[in-house]
Amino acid sequence: MPVQIYLPIAEVSVNAFLLLGLGGMVGVLSGMFGVGGGFLMTPLLFMIGIPPAVAVATEANQIVASSFSGVLAHVKRRTVDFRMGWVLLIGGLVGAALGVQLFNYLRGLGQVDLLVRLCYVVFLGVIGALMFVESLNAIRKARRTGPAPKTVRRQRGWLDALPFKMKFRTSGLYISVIPPLLVGLSVGVLAAIMGVGGGFIMVPAMIYLLGMPTKVVVGTSLFQIIFVTAFTTLLHATTNYTVDMVLAVLLLVGGVVGAQVGTRIGTRLKAEQLRILLALLVLAVCGTLAAGLLLEPAELYSLGTGVDR
Amino acid sequence: MIRVLALLILAWATPASAERVVAALSQNRVQIDTAFTGSEILVYGAIVRDLPAPDDSKLGVIVTVSGPEVPTTVRRKERRLGIWVNTDAAVIERAPSFYAVAASAPIAQILLGSEDERYFISPGRALRGVMAAEGLNADKFTEALIRIREREGAFQTSDSPLFLTDDTLFSTEVRLPANLVEGTYAIRIFLTRDGVVRTRYDTVISVRKVGLERFLYNLAHEQPLIYGLMSLGIAIFAGWAASAVFRFIKA
Repeated sequence: MPVQIYLPIAEVSVNAFLLLGLGGMVGVLSGMFGVGGGFLMTPLLFMIGIPPAVAVATEANQIVASSFSGVLAHVKRRTVDFRMGWVLLIGGLVGAALGVQLFNYLRGLGQVDLLVRLCYVVFLGVIGALMFVESLNAIRKARRTGPAPKTVRRQRGWLDALPFKMKFRTSGLYISVIPPLLVGLSVGVLAAIMGVGGGFIMVPAMIYLLGMPTKVVVGTSLFQIIFVTAFTTLLHATTNYTVDMVLAVLLLVGGVVGAQVGTRIGTRLKAEQLRILLALLVLAVCGTLAAGLLLEPAELYSLGTGVDR
Repeated sequence: MIRVLALLILAWATPASAERVVAALSQNRVQIDTAFTGSEILVYGAIVRDLPAPDDSKLGVIVTVSGPEVPTTVRRKERRLGIWVNTDAAVIERAPSFYAVAASAPIAQILLGSEDERYFISPGRALRGVMAAEGLNADKFTEALIRIREREGAFQTSDSPLFLTDDTLFSTEVRLPANLVEGTYAIRIFLTRDGVVRTRYDTVISVRKVGLERFLYNLAHEQPLIYGLMSLGIAIFAGWAASAVFRFIKA
């Protein structure tokens, strides 16, 4: 097997073991933390010189694979709320279509790199900071041997007042379809622009905003992610020709193996420690990308031809 | 009869024109396959003379290799609201994707400026002459393109050595980088006497993707829906296979 491999769509020659290694490393992390890993992989692909448009489109393809193996397990355990999944999916498909439109529009203007990086810096920054603070608090609470803190009932008044209510039996909810549609929509936009599944946005939104029970959240979000990222992959493939199959397969192989290893490591660490580690990782990626935007680049000029470089 | 005589006189009057360049390449085709990491092309040849070489004038041999011209957008970043953003852009319609020059001596010594202007040989002429960016500060965008392509190894603007033996045999190596644009690469070989181009030899190399690379690239561009569905199929199969394998290992 050649060490250097020429990617047919990205049109760059990269080290095959580097890609397998990256796939494996992100796989380990996603297995450890139970996250998709798209938000780590896409920026890493930028850093090794894959054109951003190719990185985003190819990563969407890879997420289909990693989510598919995940959702099978959840279907078996009956922890997928299909009805909620479909509603989220409808929103997601619309969002993905809008996202790809926006992506292509900004690509024409030469601003797609900026958009993707800004999205990453904002989302990774906010989520990393929230996770960091939350897990620090959790550790402090665990040390303090006091009574368990009272769970505060959320105010959901305005959400209950919305029309078009629907019964979601698996989740035990009777709510308006508007909030899940909007959640799906925003995740779809993010999937198309950032090359992520969007689980890191959707899971908290499902728990805190929609009030879904935790046990069905992961399976349902995976269900939605598969279809939205598959749709995104097709849109990128047919409008930009930026899905690189060779790149996707290499990342997949590494990722699948890494995920299994990661799951085993994850069971040996404490949940709070895991979350602090993940938070630090997210903040580190965020910081690297932010530095790229804030520091004066060594080369102020850049070239663009067929594939955005 | 008169015509033959005239030709003879002409041949006698300009003995240098009796020199011809005969050249060959180590390969006429570059195939981009999965293992492609760039390629070295050996350009070699000889100067054939019907008459003895005139030894009073300085001989020079220059080899140029130029890739297909691709419209290229050059963008400039500026700081806006604290972050670096692409602001201005210029489109260079005829930007060569590759250019390399090899010469038997520094080009300025074996090529007159007027000849350079005519044949676009030196990197400065060949690149700046062809690429005309429009608008304000156009030169800066052209310079930036040359600088970036130089760094990528696509413009080899410092003349690489060309070995000339006994004013007759010559050879040089041109390094083609991995990120080549597909198409026809023109090779020109110039023979100069006292800085004047006396004869030239033209040939081409064709750069093509082959095998899996060709297949995937064509499929992605000509049948994007099928390609997309195939990518998804492979992804889903790989995801399913992976979980099946690990379930098997666990059991």
